[in-house]
Amino acid sequence: MADTTLLTQIKDPANRPDPYPLYARLRQNPVSWQEDGTEDGVWVASSHGAVSSLLGDPRISSETLPPADRPRTGNPITDFLIKPIKDRIVDHHRPFIFRDPPDHDALRKAVMHQFTRERVQGMRARSDRLVDELLDAKRDARRFDAVDDLAYPLPVTVICELFGIPREDEPQFHEWATQLATALEPDSLTDEETRAKNSRTFDAIGAYMGDLIKEKRKHPQDDMLSGLANETTPDGVKMGDYDLIATSVLMLVAGHETTVNLITNGLLTLLRYPDEFEKLKADPGRAPRVIEELLRYEPPVQFRLRKALSPIDIAGVTIPEGAEVLLLLAAGNRDATVFQDPDRFDPDRAGTRHLGFGGSLHYCVGAPLARFEAESALTALTRRLKAPRLVQDPPPYRDGSALRGPKHLIVAIDGMA
Amino acid sequence: MPDPATRPVTNPLRVNVDLNLCQAYAQCCYAAPRHFRIDGREALFYDPAPSAEARADIERARISCPVQAIRVEDPGL
Amino acid sequence: MRAAGFDGPLTILGDEPYRPYDRPPLSKHVLTGHLPADVTQLPSSLGDGVAWRLGVAATGLDRDRRIVRLADGGTLSYDALLIASGTRARPWVHDDEGRLPGVFSIRGRDDAAALRTALAAGPRHVAVIGAGFIGCEVAAVCRDLGLPVSLIDPSPSPLSRVIGRTVGDPIGEVHRSRGVDLRMNCEADRLEASDGRFSGVLLKDGTRIAADIAVVALGAVRNTEWLEGSGLSADAGGVDCDEHGFVIDGRGRPDPFIAAAGDVARFPHPLYGGRRVALEHWGHAVAQAEHVGRLLAGEDRGLPYAAVPNFWSTQGDMVVKSVGLTEGADAVAIVHGDPKERRFVAVYGRAGRCIAAVAVDSARWLPAYSRLIETAAPFPPDAPALDRPRKSLDIRDPGFA
Repeated sequence: MADTTLLTQIKDPANRPDPYPLYARLRQNPVSWQEDGTEDGVWVASSHGAVSSLLGDPRISSETLPPADRPRTGNPITDFLIKPIKDRIVDHHRPFIFRDPPDHDALRKAVMHQFTRERVQGMRARSDRLVDELLDAKRDARRFDAVDDLAYPLPVTVICELFGIPREDEPQFHEWATQLATALEPDSLTDEETRAKNSRTFDAIGAYMGDLIKEKRKHPQDDMLSGLANETTPDGVKMGDYDLIATSVLMLVAGHETTVNLITNGLLTLLRYPDEFEKLKADPGRAPRVIEELLRYEPPVQFRLRKALSPIDIAGVTIPEGAEVLLLLAAGNRDATVFQDPDRFDPDRAGTRHLGFGGSLHYCVGAPLARFEAESALTALTRRLKAPRLVQDPPPYRDGSALRGPKHLIVAIDGMA
Repeated sequence: MPDPATRPVTNPLRVNVDLNLCQAYAQCCYAAPRHFRIDGREALFYDPAPSAEARADIERARISCPVQAIRVEDPGL
Repeated sequence: MRAAGFDGPLTILGDEPYRPYDRPPLSKHVLTGHLPADVTQLPSSLGDGVAWRLGVAATGLDRDRRIVRLADGGTLSYDALLIASGTRARPWVHDDEGRLPGVFSIRGRDDAAALRTALAAGPRHVAVIGAGFIGCEVAAVCRDLGLPVSLIDPSPSPLSRVIGRTVGDPIGEVHRSRGVDLRMNCEADRLEASDGRFSGVLLKDGTRIAADIAVVALGAVRNTEWLEGSGLSADAGGVDCDEHGFVIDGRGRPDPFIAAAGDVARFPHPLYGGRRVALEHWGHAVAQAEHVGRLLAGEDRGLPYAAVPNFWSTQGDMVVKSVGLTEGADAVAIVHGDPKERRFVAVYGRAGRCIAAVAVDSARWLPAYSRLIETAAPFPPDAPALDRPRKSLDIRDPGFA
């Protein structure tokens, strides 16, 4: 009988520093039923084959929030969880990571229309400068917190500038973003206290965003929020206000809560593999390989939740209709049938189809931003940190099991070059 | 995108994309915007012979392709 | 063969004067002028590690003496031989008309470069004869260039011989909406000349389409004439192979020294009950070459070659992809998306099994349906796509022409 408590153990903060042995045990059954405190439980996919196949399966839905139809308050946590509404809708006000086609496609398209190559390239150059500014500020330090001093402020500044959010307003996002990120945790939909907190937080951030959108309509600027608020895509998509608020909140939370883990896990991993640290220092051209391998080895988003629209036969089991399905991306990334010596960090491995950014139609929108922010950060860190030593290994971790990463990463240094 | 039809290229890289595999994730377009482009929803157009100066961006494109569809030959290496 | 460890001498013989190049752009961005024909040369790890005999055609095969006879009068001996002589464009039925200035076809680099020059000169009207994939791609290019173009085919809709009318009609609509003059159910009869140049197409119904450029896109003919007298089982449909890829003689006996791959190889496909098929697909040429390369390098035969056929076609900015073979399909269902949105997946069934899928601008969904083909899953597929959770499938006749 397979162990059905593995997911519970994964959620236990005590296992946050190294969940990979638990993932390995899960992988013995590529798809398995796990307890989650509810009667129905949850089906967990953990092999590379099962995860990638389910990511692109048309029977797998992202509409994990219960169905609802007319927005009553504009607050998705209230309208979908606390007081679900049943009538028909025009404007769903759920961000596209919780949506299926055709709505998903329309919303995503509107975002991609603003997420132009020119904007992204512009932020690429900006990111290099931001990293240098942030590190310059610690020039004389002997201790460096990779999270607070670089990995958090960098992506936050990038996403705020991209969306045209005034820098002075940024600090208040910190708390909102951290709170709303819990919406990706497995228990957030059922836990009443989390739901209530998320609902209040959404009201606060939603009100802020609503005002900002009004402002962008009055005085449009060259930023994504102005574009989303004022422009229509070539095939006629323009978001309704609730959708626009939900979408921009999603992008902001993602910008606050994911890349921070990629950069921090990156430095942590390079310090655990000093050869790789030195190789990257000697040849910054290795950065793209290093980052792609990090996305495999320590993906910032460890898993995502989906729902089966009909029974799915896979890997010797049948996921029943309506079941919750947890796609354990980080476990698929350590699957020995796809990656040789999977628990070894090896940027030189050939052609990795990792699952770090998910796949199929929900592939991470922000992937290009994450890649070059991590490239700016890790090449600068290897170049500038003098004799870096981990003060605590493993470092303390943040609560999240889905969005997993160190809370702080204190590094002792002999100065900054 | 520079016009590959007119610009002179000496000792170019050779790039080929398996368009059976391509699913238009467009990561190459962000990594090397001068050499990859998506027309319409998913028609990839790319420069099969970029100049060697583009090496770093082409490598970013190759390595970030989610379906690993990009093949590059670099005669300079 | 090199990857499989063969380090002996290798000679690559080709009738064209060029190293291997990528053909798909020839009917697309080479014609639009975005790419010159010569940049299509493919990446290759072979470099100078092989002897290139280019610009010399093979004219005969003597299996007893194990030699290939060459057009320049020479011979080439072999221990192992790969037949990959491919196809050429099927010429217009009347030779003299096909040779008129202004009449083109596309197969090689030079063909594409010549047609590009003619299109760039700003012709008044282009007549494309044949609405298969190449014909559709060329017609789309003409519209991208702002050129008036007629697409002529006896079938009721573009591509309908391959994908049927049910799926071909919406694709035809896309071309029509982009300004292509669709002449379906029309058969070209004669290519007319004026002052020694092509001047128009006379259709069987007596209609005349005035044009100064004709593109003959009637499919391909396999290059097997050079195998006459070799004792191998070969005809205009290809050279026959066993399940591994070794060619067979007229009595069905495999020749262990000769394999075939690519467009010219007609092999028994396990997915289609062992029926012999020759596939003109880019991906197939790559996959089968890898398979027989290992074989010729002396690796164990292992499993028969069984890669699922797949291809793509870019028509303007629309991408049509396909998995499996539609031949013999008795039903089709739109399982995903909506033809009206120019974005859908169609699955074809034969005797209650899924045999093929065609995706229009839906590349990310194709792998899921591809698994139905690989496993010959029951047709119609019972699972709802997530954009139509409670709709039942509309099963239709594919409408092959």
